Amino acid sequence: MSKGTVVIGVIGADVHAVGNKIIDFALREAGYNVINLGVMVSQEEYIQAAIETDADAILVSSLYGHGEIDCQGLREKCNEAGLGDILLVVGGNLVVGKQNFEEVEARFLDMGFNKVSPPGTPIEGIFDYLEEAIAARKK
Amino acid sequence: MKYLTADFGSTYTKLTAIDARCEEIVGTATAFTTIATNVMDGFHEAMKRLETAIGTFAYDRLLCCSSAAGGLRMVALGLVPELTAKAARTAASSAGAKVIRTFSFEISEAERKAIEAINPDLVLLCGGTDGGNREVIVSNAHKLAETQGDFSIVVAGNKSAADEVDTILSSTNKNFVITENVMPQFNQLNIEPARQEIKKLFIERIVQAKGLSSVQAIAANEIIPTPLAVMNGCELLSKGTRDSEGIGDLMAIDIGGATTDVYSMSHGYPTLSNVQVKGLPEPYAKRSVEGDLGMRYSLRSLVETADIEKVSKEIDFPVNEIQTWVDACHRTPQLLAAEGSREQAIEEALARGAARIATERHCGSWESVYTPFGQVFALTGKDLSEVTHVIGIGGVIANSPHPADILKGAKSEGEGSPHAKPKQPGYLVDKRYIFASMGLLSQENKELALKLLKREIVSL
Repeated sequence: MSKGTVVIGVIGADVHAVGNKIIDFALREAGYNVINLGVMVSQEEYIQAAIETDADAILVSSLYGHGEIDCQGLREKCNEAGLGDILLVVGGNLVVGKQNFEEVEARFLDMGFNKVSPPGTPIEGIFDYLEEAIAARKK
Repeated sequence: MKYLTADFGSTYTKLTAIDARCEEIVGTATAFTTIATNVMDGFHEAMKRLETAIGTFAYDRLLCCSSAAGGLRMVALGLVPELTAKAARTAASSAGAKVIRTFSFEISEAERKAIEAINPDLVLLCGGTDGGNREVIVSNAHKLAETQGDFSIVVAGNKSAADEVDTILSSTNKNFVITENVMPQFNQLNIEPARQEIKKLFIERIVQAKGLSSVQAIAANEIIPTPLAVMNGCELLSKGTRDSEGIGDLMAIDIGGATTDVYSMSHGYPTLSNVQVKGLPEPYAKRSVEGDLGMRYSLRSLVETADIEKVSKEIDFPVNEIQTWVDACHRTPQLLAAEGSREQAIEEALARGAARIATERHCGSWESVYTPFGQVFALTGKDLSEVTHVIGIGGVIANSPHPADILKGAKSEGEGSPHAKPKQPGYLVDKRYIFASMGLLSQENKELALKLLKREIVSL
């Protein structure tokens, strides 16, 4: 029995492909049904994939520092598409420069993300969160 | 062995006589299709014409295909427009159907009524990956159950919803069949099972409903939709047989009175470096049908899309002269332009427009993206830029003294064009309209069909 369906991908014009493959592998090993959209994924592609596959969560990666602008409006678009309660998780090097992570986290939470991972977090770091949050969502 | 192939088209019934021993096409003949009265009248008339030309022709096997009485009219239902709805449309088109409309998401009452008004022969119901969304396909099954009309339903959606859909449709008197999902996993296309079911239903039910039972009674094969026969012919010419090589990647463009069909036989893998492939993968053998691009019944919408001002500039003819011809064709679809006339030049320009627009829609497209790592291209659909053969099918191309000028519409507009159309194609033409016939013959004798195709489809 799968622990849930998660859509993953690297957002925007970002082409960092290696981490994406590692995340894909680790999530599958952990028992998730993984829909991997690869790199250069637009907001619409995450949403379309989530609709067809009835996904529990969208895991957005961003490594090139433009994450904030790429992620703006994703929650609103999910709401429009009827995916209102889908979990949105983001991680990577979300912004340029040495900014205080708490501030960055606050900005992404404010954008409607449920979980924001600081730079350098291995994917295993969010396994507990993911399992609990998906279980809570399914109730 | 002597074969006779018959293509019962919407306007013409076309016969092709083949002598397998001499490996030759001995003759072709056409007559008006007489579907409204008895379809065999047109057949006998064409046969009479054929035998007048070549003498008595005692055939051993009769092979038939048909697009009469509107062809196989289908409606496709899916979930997300770019995903299962597109997969449904692709499956239906490659089964030889004419997809009248595609619907996405839960259909509304107005859309349900629209399906009633279309009165299709078949509905393809898709939606959701296996284990994915089930609400939408279930809701649409309910809607279809309420929809009046004598149509069959092929269900090819989320397998987890199949039992529920079965229960819903079993409570109606609708004929339906459930098969494998057209998109079992995200972005994985699986259209073959749905194609097979569509073909089966065409043979079992549509042939009878279209008044073709008398043809089926004398045919040696099971009647298939004409576009499917053409597609089989294209695939054979491209791939070849086990013993003989085909000609490789190709595109074929069939400009008819009502539609323009484009076939591509190519994997369409990216030819540029620095390319990210996006969107739903497309099949090696792809067919697209443009219902708004045609030389007679759809001429007005073709002129609208091609832009009459642009056509006027291109051939340096006044706009009103073009408009006069378009109006005349609209009034009298049988109208033919005289050889060497100005009207013929207009016809060619419009046909080139149809070829240009239809191939733009068929081929994939590139989008250039500037990233912090430099310029990257995103490719959606098939990259057909390296395809070397473009084949013209259909009256307007075969009868034109300048078929290459029409087919030039399929050529890429060069650097900077977003459409992945052939860059340096060679042009070929199907002078005697034998593609459908050879597609039929390939069911019986692949080697011979390939040999005749290679001989008859000539380079320009």
